[in-house]
Amino acid sequence: MTGARVSRRQILTISLVAGGSLLAENAASQRILGGSIPWIPGTSPVPDRFDGARFLTADERRCVDALVGRLIPADDLGPGAREAGVVDFIDSQLAGPFGRGERWYMKGPFADGLKTQGYQSEYPPAQLYRAAIAALDGHCRERFDGRVFAELGEAEQDAVLRQLDEEELDFDGVSAGAFFDMLQDNTVEGFFCDPIYGGNRDMVGWRLVGFPGARYDYRDYLDHDGTAISIEPVGLSGRPAWNVD
Amino acid sequence: MARRLPPVDVVLVGFGWTGAILAQELTEDGLEVLAIERGGWRDTPSHFPTTVAQDEVRWYWRKEMFQATARETLTFRNNRSQTALPMRRWGSFLPGEGVGGGGVHWNGQTWRFLPSDFVAASHNIERYGPMQPGMTVQDYGVTYDELEPHYDRFEKLCGVGGRAGNLNGEIRDGGNPFEGRRSDEYPNPPMHMTFSQHRFEAAAKELGLKPFPGPSANMSQPYVNPLGCQLAPCTYCGFCEKYGCGNYSKASAQTTILPVLMRKPNFRLKPHNEVFRILLDSTGKRATGVMHVDQNGEEYEQPADLVILCAYQLSNTRLMMLSGIGEIYNPATGEGLVGKNYCYQVTSGADVFFDDKYTNEFVGAGALGMCIDEYNGDNFDHSGLGFIGGGYISCWTTHSRPIERQRTPKGTPTWGSAWKKAVAENFLKSTNVGSHGASMAYASNSLDLDPTYTDAYGRPLMRMTFDFTPNDRAMTAFLTERVREIAERMGGREIKLSPREGPYDSMPYQTTHNTGGTIMGTNPANSVVNRYLQSWDVPNLFIMGAGVFPQNAGYNPTGTVAALAYWSADAIRSQYLRSPGPLVQA
Repeated sequence: MTGARVSRRQILTISLVAGGSLLAENAASQRILGGSIPWIPGTSPVPDRFDGARFLTADERRCVDALVGRLIPADDLGPGAREAGVVDFIDSQLAGPFGRGERWYMKGPFADGLKTQGYQSEYPPAQLYRAAIAALDGHCRERFDGRVFAELGEAEQDAVLRQLDEEELDFDGVSAGAFFDMLQDNTVEGFFCDPIYGGNRDMVGWRLVGFPGARYDYRDYLDHDGTAISIEPVGLSGRPAWNVD
Repeated sequence: MARRLPPVDVVLVGFGWTGAILAQELTEDGLEVLAIERGGWRDTPSHFPTTVAQDEVRWYWRKEMFQATARETLTFRNNRSQTALPMRRWGSFLPGEGVGGGGVHWNGQTWRFLPSDFVAASHNIERYGPMQPGMTVQDYGVTYDELEPHYDRFEKLCGVGGRAGNLNGEIRDGGNPFEGRRSDEYPNPPMHMTFSQHRFEAAAKELGLKPFPGPSANMSQPYVNPLGCQLAPCTYCGFCEKYGCGNYSKASAQTTILPVLMRKPNFRLKPHNEVFRILLDSTGKRATGVMHVDQNGEEYEQPADLVILCAYQLSNTRLMMLSGIGEIYNPATGEGLVGKNYCYQVTSGADVFFDDKYTNEFVGAGALGMCIDEYNGDNFDHSGLGFIGGGYISCWTTHSRPIERQRTPKGTPTWGSAWKKAVAENFLKSTNVGSHGASMAYASNSLDLDPTYTDAYGRPLMRMTFDFTPNDRAMTAFLTERVREIAERMGGREIKLSPREGPYDSMPYQTTHNTGGTIMGTNPANSVVNRYLQSWDVPNLFIMGAGVFPQNAGYNPTGTVAALAYWSADAIRSQYLRSPGPLVQA
């Protein structure tokens, strides 16, 4: 191997994947460490919380909201993905590092690959959503007299989703299967994430299943012996009842 | 031109568990040790305090805890007839990055291998006859008895909780009766078991099996280790594997070694620098140091008398290939050794669903579990079974993080109201019994360099060619039936089996237990390193990590990785430093 010089573009990639919020710290800790524990006050990296960022257009948002509403519907058991704010979660995720695929290996050449080889699209997530939504709505317009997915009835929407899930739909230039898998992952993430990310609004996902959230001490409950434990969920930034006027 | 830096005695490439152990040991002899780590500094209060640790989206789903594939990944294919494609995001395994390495985000299940695991070839051939065609299993070259004191040291370093089943040859109730002879009891008592473990224990006993607590590096009580590092009792928060521990309750380099090591005047750590290659002198028989690059792309030549690879198995193997040390294994000819005997771990399981009992698995810890070992290694007669090796069967209650875990009974749709209802009904009322099986080496599974894809620096990615083998398939089918027998007796309404079938899929998470590639053995014709983890080709180069396993046993690897690191450090200190050169004559 030759010790090829690293190009500016490569350095950019390498810095980006180190994480934006960590850059200042990286600069500080790039020095050689020794003699003591390098305690750097105030460097605890905070999460990229929901800040209302948007990637999707209004029509795309409508489509995603309708999709997630069928994957996890509101019903007798309570709120679903729409009520949980999953579209806000997905939209802000697509507007950030995840949407740009910043931490993902996105070098070519691209090939379809086998199922065991995982995601092989040349699109980072945000572009995958954009291309797949256009293709999905195009398919719906053709099939349902000019109506887009969000305008279909629930039974029609479910039928289209089943086709997506079972890989019976082929989109031009974008993998319908890869889109469905990612949508399903992101919907579950948005339904059960910490509320700081914009989804799981009012902790409806956690309440549905009984998950107590970001707690860090359950020693009092070790001897539950198969009985129910009833404790209110808590998020990383507490819960509304903790707020002081 | 690379800038030439002042020489050091020892340079460590990578700074996780093995790097910290080697640094701690070798600085005791007054050696000047420099560790080069491509990731950053990480510690409990600054990087994963309890105020940010319990965050599923960030650490696992957005993979902030792990190496960024954008910088380096590997390519994968099931067999040589396919074209390998890059793992664009992690799936089946999760290599760490930064100080502490994967030891920051492990579960803490801290096992010893069985005595027979170290002599897997000679022992099984003697008992069952010749190996299957294509199988390339071999002996480690080191024995359990030789490693025993080093296992003991690591368990004391980590405050491992458990109960000895074989204390100086005496078989004791409540421990693992199949384990090798232990010189001492575990330093801490077992974890506090919960409902699911009680049910597993009762079911196993009903079958005549001998359940015992899984060995745990999550603290069952407050602990001060032999270096004086203080660990706090585990709070069973359910965020161990894939997360850093905010409570100082999980053994890691940070909690057990660094508070002492970082203060030593003869140790230094250089973060955010990646080693590009090992430098050799003109004979190719001596390492002169390493070449590394900082984040600004500046290159450095770091001279050293001793070079020790302490990165993850995949990275150590690739660095050997990129440095041109030894010949890359060619499965077509059987020639070459670097990249040979890549192995993994073969797991399966059964979900158990209860009607009226709450398992409450959010009350969990990475190594909270009951296990049985009747079907591991050669603890049972394999005559006529068509495989060697085995695995332990366990009921761990590690977590119930809701994005990652939605257990639903057989036949449940994967979305819609029926899915939602099934998730809601079973989230608090289910558990899992798992089998954790060995992976035996075959000529068809190996690592080499990819001809097409490159990392962020333009260097070839490593290429993995792997599928489950005939031995794996027969073994896991057998273990899954044993899992079923226990799961069916736990008093649930129903169970759902997840057998390991079909081709190996690189995407669903299985385990970060990748092994082989720089294997150890008895002579230079069958191994990359000798029994002391010393390179046969370059005697002042040592290689740590699970890459030295000739094949993987039916246990989590960290205990054995650490024991081998102590064993190697001991050989360096007691033999190599006195007389630098080959510790085993070829």
